[in-house]
Amino acid sequence: MTESTPNDTNDTKPKECIEVRKIRETYPDAILEVNEFRGDTRITINKEYVHDVIRLMRDDQELDFNFFSECLGVDYLNTQEGGYALGKDHRFEVVYNLYSLPDKRTGRGRNRRIFIKAAIPEDDCSVTSVTDIYPGANFPEREIYDMFGITFTGHPDLRRILMSDDWIGHPQRKDYPLGGERVQFPDGKFGPSVGEGVVQHPGESFFGKTASVIEKN
Amino acid sequence: MALNSDQLNTPSLNAEGIQIDPIEDTKMVINMGPHHPSTHGVLRIVLELDGEVIIKATPHMGFVHTGIEKEGEYQTYLKAVTLTDRMDYVSASLNNMAYTMAVEKLLGVEPPPRGQYLRVIMCELQRIASHMVWLGTHALDIGAMTMFFFTFRDREKLLDLTEMMSGVRMMPSWIVPGGLRGDAPEGYVERVKKVIDELPRRFDEYEILIDQNPIWRERTQGIGMITPEECYSLGVSGPTLRGSGVPHDLRKAVPYSSYDQFKFEIPVGEYGDVYDRYRVRMAEMRQSREIVKQALENLPDGPINVDDRKIVPPPREELDHSMEAVIHHFKIWTEGIHPPVGEAYVPIEGPKGELGFYLVSNGSSYPWRMHERPPSFMNLQALSKMCEGRLIADVVAIIGSIDIILGEIDR
Repeated sequence: MTESTPNDTNDTKPKECIEVRKIRETYPDAILEVNEFRGDTRITINKEYVHDVIRLMRDDQELDFNFFSECLGVDYLNTQEGGYALGKDHRFEVVYNLYSLPDKRTGRGRNRRIFIKAAIPEDDCSVTSVTDIYPGANFPEREIYDMFGITFTGHPDLRRILMSDDWIGHPQRKDYPLGGERVQFPDGKFGPSVGEGVVQHPGESFFGKTASVIEKN
Repeated sequence: MALNSDQLNTPSLNAEGIQIDPIEDTKMVINMGPHHPSTHGVLRIVLELDGEVIIKATPHMGFVHTGIEKEGEYQTYLKAVTLTDRMDYVSASLNNMAYTMAVEKLLGVEPPPRGQYLRVIMCELQRIASHMVWLGTHALDIGAMTMFFFTFRDREKLLDLTEMMSGVRMMPSWIVPGGLRGDAPEGYVERVKKVIDELPRRFDEYEILIDQNPIWRERTQGIGMITPEECYSLGVSGPTLRGSGVPHDLRKAVPYSSYDQFKFEIPVGEYGDVYDRYRVRMAEMRQSREIVKQALENLPDGPINVDDRKIVPPPREELDHSMEAVIHHFKIWTEGIHPPVGEAYVPIEGPKGELGFYLVSNGSSYPWRMHERPPSFMNLQALSKMCEGRLIADVVAIIGSIDIILGEIDR
């Protein structure tokens, strides 16, 4: 009789979900981290494998993630203490939200949602576009480019989408100030670029948010 | 001036001596919007035309971008609820609901049954109101003006119910993490009953107006077709997806907030054209009414909020005699709530499609990242596909049938 009961092994090593297993089989060194929280699985992968893994997610018959829900960017720069927040060793993450949509007509789909996170370092802000796999990634990727300055190689039309075309800086980066921009018109001179006129604020008072940038300009 | 076939087939020189291809140059680019009344807000569409046939439609947005996602990172979880109202401003309660459920998922709590039922009532009434705005404006775009007055008259009755509950017509912020800001006032249930009893007659009225109208059918049938497979890869959801024949509704697929206790059907279309999407939404209004009716009949008694003073502030009466209640009250309104470190995404079935909030928490009372999955934004990607090979007049019908709200697209 062995020392460890089956229960013990289950506790120390939780059973891997099918998505993780499939990725490990096909791309052994793609996965950096697997995180389970409140029933959702989040798989952090090396950004070199984004295109391959997303394609695997769609094409594998067992996984069958047919519905592209969205993708979004997250900036982990810790502006107050330096370094990156939440123990990350990379500044940005692009989260791909894929859904296996249960289609009653064809009987396909597992009604399962998965989050694939691409770890993107600050000095190499680019990742392969997945627009050729899911055309629906077009607008969200443009939004991430606009808001975080992450470029998507292979994107058919990578332009700003929400900010004006001549805007300077990427507003959702953590080091971009909230408020205080002077309105910028055709020549594009007046938007504050990242690093210039940056103000730290707790978000509590209106003056705390805007004052120093206005003074500087 | 008519060109002969020789002139058409050989490249010629223009005034500046640049060689032009007469065939290629029949293309024309037209700018539609941003202040076009049929673009439902400030949306600009660049149309590439060959004669009157559309080759490509490129939407340009961002004219009403207000940085709500950025602002959300600087507000506590409780304060950010008010920001979500301003995204899709014709269905504010549903935005509150999606955001609130994401926060509750981070916290790992769920409100008691009465809270859930009241949320369902608010959301479904708001969904009917949202569909009424869509129907009125969509019909107005196509030329049926009376519909606009009919739907806005009836929508006002539904907004009155929201006002009765929350004190505000359009931006209630009444659904908050932990439950609702307050219970239904006296007489609310009776009044909702009265309003929804009248609704089927109104729906019939709408259908009599346009359903069998030959002009309406001519303008909508076979226009703006999209297949389910295209919808999947483009991330198109909601009535636009159901119009293509896919019976998918998140209220059924991933039941939340007691939706599994109500009986309702998922209306689907057949061909995925403008007419089918119109039919789906009309049927959805009736289904929403059914849900409200069932929720009112079975409305449970009891508390509406989570019993946790770290999430929900104590009731006013307790502040008079309990020191502990005063401390909780003070802490919750100065510091806010502290969800554990983690990430949560909760999708709900919004009036436009899959409406979800993605929250990243670092353990403080401010979200590290707040992101909305805007259904209109994703659905708009189908516009070019739907418009290809159609005429300019069809663009107006197609935009109306996707049901976009620019406040949500631009955020």
